[in-house]
Amino acid sequence: MTTTQTESAGQDTNGAKDATTPTVLSLRGATATLGSRPVLRGIDVSLRRGEVVALLGANGSGKSTAVRSVIGQVPLTSGEVTLFGTPLRRFRDWARVGYVPQRTTAASGVPATVREVVSSGRLARTGLLRWPSKADRAAVQRAIDLVGLTDRAKDAVGALSGGQHQRVLIARALAAEPELLIMDEPMAGVDLASQEILAATLRDQVAAGTTVLLVLHELGPLEPLIDRAVVLRDGCVMHDGPPPKAVGQHALPGHDPELLTNQSCHPHAAGEPHRTGLLT
Amino acid sequence: MEILETALMQRALIAAVLVGVIAPAVGIYLVQRRQALMGDGIGHVAMTGVGLGFLLSASPVWMATLVAIVGSIAMELIRAYGRTRGDIALAMLFYGGMAGGVLLINLSPTGSNANLSSYLFGSLSTVSEGDLDAIWVLAALVVLVTVGLRRQLFAVSQDEEFARVTGLPVRALNLLVAVTAAVTVTVAMRVVGLLLVSALMVVPVAAAQQITRSFAVTFVLSVVIGTAVTLAGTVTSYYQDVPPGATIVLLAIGVFLVLTVLATPLARRRARALRPERDEHPAAEADGPAVPAMRGPADEARV
Repeated sequence: MTTTQTESAGQDTNGAKDATTPTVLSLRGATATLGSRPVLRGIDVSLRRGEVVALLGANGSGKSTAVRSVIGQVPLTSGEVTLFGTPLRRFRDWARVGYVPQRTTAASGVPATVREVVSSGRLARTGLLRWPSKADRAAVQRAIDLVGLTDRAKDAVGALSGGQHQRVLIARALAAEPELLIMDEPMAGVDLASQEILAATLRDQVAAGTTVLLVLHELGPLEPLIDRAVVLRDGCVMHDGPPPKAVGQHALPGHDPELLTNQSCHPHAAGEPHRTGLLT
Repeated sequence: MEILETALMQRALIAAVLVGVIAPAVGIYLVQRRQALMGDGIGHVAMTGVGLGFLLSASPVWMATLVAIVGSIAMELIRAYGRTRGDIALAMLFYGGMAGGVLLINLSPTGSNANLSSYLFGSLSTVSEGDLDAIWVLAALVVLVTVGLRRQLFAVSQDEEFARVTGLPVRALNLLVAVTAAVTVTVAMRVVGLLLVSALMVVPVAAAQQITRSFAVTFVLSVVIGTAVTLAGTVTSYYQDVPPGATIVLLAIGVFLVLTVLATPLARRRARALRPERDEHPAAEADGPAVPAMRGPADEARV
C-alpha cells in the first residue's frame, strides 16, 4: 500500500508521539474475507504507545472486522498483526489488552451480577489456576468505581439499561489494567449520561498512558480525546491523519472527495465490481 | 427410619443425592451458554453406548460413558466449527444415537427393549455396590471441575469471544464442559434415566434463576433444589409405587412453578426498596411506548 503525503503529514502533527515511541499495535497489508466477500483489502494501521486512534467508516466498511482481526477473532488471509512487537500468532500476554466488544442485546441464560461479570475480566491476570488475591478484588472494585456503577455492583446485569451495560463491559476490560484498550462501537445505543461517564473514564485511562483503538460510527463526545482518525471504506484505508473537524456522518472524510487520500484503493478501481447490495 | 434399613435403599439414596448435586452444577453452564438441550442430546447418544455394552457383553454404564464422551466432544466440535448446518448435524447425532441404541440392543443375545427401558427411565433399585463406587468417583470429578474452575467456566460461558481475548484456553474449557456433561449424563442415567437426564440438569437451574440475581447464588440454589427433589422423589418412590425418575422431574417442575409465582412479588419488592429513579412504570408499559404519530421530515435525504 502506498503511503501518501497527507498520511505521513498527519502522523507528524501528532504531537509527542514521535518515531521513537514504541509501536503497540500494527496491522500490515491485512486482507480478510467473510464468506467469499473481501472485507479488508490490504489495510495498514499502527498505533504508538499513548495514542488514541479512532477507526471510522460507514457500515460494512470493515472497521469491526479490522478490530476483530487484531484480537484474533477473524483470520487474515494475508498480511500481519503484531501486538507489542510480537506477531499475533505468538502473542500470549493478553493481560496487556483490554477488549470491549460491540454490545449485544442478548443477555446470557443465567443471571450474573455486575461484579461477577467485571471479575471475569480479571482472569486475564489470574489465569487458569491462580486464586484471586486481595489485589485482584481491589482491581475489580476500582474498575466498577471508574465507570460509576459502585452502587449497582450487586445488581443483575440483565436489569441494567443499555448504557449501564456498556459501562459494565468497559469495566470488565479495565479490570485487567490493560495497556491497550480496544473498543468496538462503545457509544452505540448509549444514553447521554452514560456517554459522559464513558468519555470521562476514557480520559482518565488516556491520561494514565493507555493506548486506545476505538471503532466509531461518528466522533461524537469522544472527539477531544482522539489524536488520529483512520477512515475505512470498502476495506481500504481512505484517510489516516488528524480527526475530521466536522461532526456528523456526512461530514466524514470518506464523504469528501478532497480527503480521499488513498486513490489506489478507490472502490471502483480495485478490479472489484462495486456492490450495491440489492442488485448484485 | 425404616427407609434407611436396607442396603439397597441406602445405595439408591446416595446415588440420588450425588446426581442431585452434579446435574445442576453442570447444567448451569449449559443453560448459561444457551445449550440447555445438550444434556438431552448426550442422553440420546449414550443409548448407543448402552446397546454396545449389551452386544459386547461389557458394562453398559462404562460403555455409555465412553460413547457419551465421544458424542459430546463431537457435538462441541460441531458447535465450535460448524457453520450454517450445525443444527442438522446435531439432529443426525441425536437420532442416530437413539436408533443405534435400539438396533444394537435388539441384536445382542441378552438384551431386549425391557433392558433398555431401565436405562431410559432409570432404575434405582438396580444400583449395585460397584455402580455406587463408579458414581462416587465420577461425581467427585464433576464437582472438582464445576466448582474449582467456576470463574473460568463462567467467563467462557458468559462471553466466549471475550474469554479468548483474556487468554483463557477456551477450546479446552469448552471440551471440559462437554466431557463433564457426558459423565454427568451417564451417572444420572441410573437415577432418572437417559430420557429425563436433561430435565435434572436444566429445571433446577431454571427454577433457581427465577428469584436470583447472581451466578453464585443461582449455582448454590440450583444444587440445593436438585438435591431436594432427587431425595424427595426417591423417598416418595419407596413409600408409593411410583417410578423415581419421573417423580423427581415432576417435583423439579413443581419447584420451578412455585418459584416463578413467587418471583413477581419479590421483584416488585426489590424494585420498591431501591431508589425512586429506578421505579417501574407499569402504567406507561400498558399504554405502550410513546411513538410519534408520523416521521419527522428527514433532512438527510439527498438526490
